[in-house]
Amino acid sequence: MPDRAPVIVGTGLSDYPQAPDLDGVQHHSQAMQRALADCGLAKGEIDGYLDAGGGGVMIDDAVTMAEYLGIDHRYIDGTMTGGSSFEFHVQHAAAAIRQGLCDTVLITYGSDQLSRMGRSLGTGGLGRGAKRFAGPQQYEAPFGNSLVGSYAMAAQRHMYEFGTTSEQLAEIAVGVREFAGLNPKAMYREPITVDDVLGSRLIADPLHKLDCCVISDGGGAIVMTTAERARDLRQPPVYVLGAAGAQTHWNISQMPDFTDTAASRCGPIAFGQAGVAPANIDTIQFYDSFTITVMLLLEGLGFCARGEGGAFVKDGHLRRGGDLPLNTDGGGLSSSHPGMRGIFLLIEAARQLRGQAGEAQVPDCDLAVACGSGGWLSCIGAVILGREHP
Amino acid sequence: MTPARDESDVPPQPVEQWERPLPRPDNVSKPFWEAASRGELLIQRCPSGHRQFYPRAVCRVCGDDPGWEQASGRGTVHTYTVIRQNHARPFRDELPYVVAMVDLVEGVRMMGNITGCAPDEVYIGMPVEVRMVQAEPDVGVPFWRPVAGGPGTKGATA
Ligand SMILES: [Zn+2]
Repeated sequence: MPDRAPVIVGTGLSDYPQAPDLDGVQHHSQAMQRALADCGLAKGEIDGYLDAGGGGVMIDDAVTMAEYLGIDHRYIDGTMTGGSSFEFHVQHAAAAIRQGLCDTVLITYGSDQLSRMGRSLGTGGLGRGAKRFAGPQQYEAPFGNSLVGSYAMAAQRHMYEFGTTSEQLAEIAVGVREFAGLNPKAMYREPITVDDVLGSRLIADPLHKLDCCVISDGGGAIVMTTAERARDLRQPPVYVLGAAGAQTHWNISQMPDFTDTAASRCGPIAFGQAGVAPANIDTIQFYDSFTITVMLLLEGLGFCARGEGGAFVKDGHLRRGGDLPLNTDGGGLSSSHPGMRGIFLLIEAARQLRGQAGEAQVPDCDLAVACGSGGWLSCIGAVILGREHP
Repeated sequence: MTPARDESDVPPQPVEQWERPLPRPDNVSKPFWEAASRGELLIQRCPSGHRQFYPRAVCRVCGDDPGWEQASGRGTVHTYTVIRQNHARPFRDELPYVVAMVDLVEGVRMMGNITGCAPDEVYIGMPVEVRMVQAEPDVGVPFWRPVAGGPGTKGATA
């Protein structure tokens, strides 16, 4: 029996955080080239392709990108769950590889949102005169909510229910910035303090500017295959030990509980598949669109009890040198956020597990979790990756 | 304390000046928006008693056909934020303003703006009541204000 355990063998990032010479499809293309070069596989060996689109590129739906990149697939998936799409893709690709639906899978993402639209897209508010909105948005659009406002309402409720403070949320941004200082490409590298976060202007109470992710260009690609095929490739394989996703809502007004995400549903499934517990994890790469996003994922996945995220982050676990370093590439809060950052989480987790993270390397890194949050805390995907064959 | 019915409590934009995004009423939502233009707040209730908002063609719990019932128009603030940055017109001219999730006494939740008090006076648990603003002839939009005679400021109960 060939060993069909699914593994990540190649990763590539396109130029970031700002690449004015690249449009969206060029980010996809460049990331693919780099991921193939990373593992040493030929493009012709790819027989599965996954793309969420969403980079604001006119042609980046899965079938059009497959044509553009020249992927002759026998398995394709265009699942789009916002920023968490790529964690869902790894789940789907792992299942397809195990089932023999395909052998070698490519996942790509690319966005030129900073160069194309600039920082003015910022808070993501709707407006522009009396434009009309259909579907569920008709019940939200008239009220001038913003993207930040949706997360702010979750943060406000978390503070109300559990006594979480702005200082505790700020701690997350401070720790991630420390890692950004080790990443020469990160958008912001100067160290910041809790006071800096609290002193930055409020965007939507209680979230300050430094509670919010950056806006950047960027893209990524991942090549997955079987453990069998990985044996004679360039990089040590990274094993997909568990992968699960779940959804609680899409539009923020339908969020059933503003302090609980689908992480509390998909987390136990992913950990169960991997046969490990949160206490076994060496590093976490979490979606950090906002500081509150990280706190809700920590609680939802069981790294601390519900409501205790504030105390947990203040204990320094997530910092460099802590026992659960967070976002060792500088994260979305300081390094890059091209719109849907989930693929960066997987790529950084793989880099850590290969022992290739340089100054940011977590010692003895055997197990990592990449957890994406898509939409407005809507769709959560958790992937547990490991260095050892399960 | 009775909230002052001062200038901050007039409709933010009378119908002829409505510059905010508008709903595009569809087969299901048309009765909701039309009722709101008459000052009535409707929510859906299916034969088994499941209530829901927003309106849908099916009950999201059991899949049955939902009917309509008139809501009390009373609720409490479940959570909220004060929007301090929004580059989009007309909202950028109204900063800062409150976007909140309101829990109706009927058990459904909807997004809206709290007006009729200063943004800093809004708190979680604040009792609010609906007031309809006519956006165009057949479309009313629900806004929310502190309940007259209810605890009007953060300090009262928070
Ligand atoms: Zn029902």
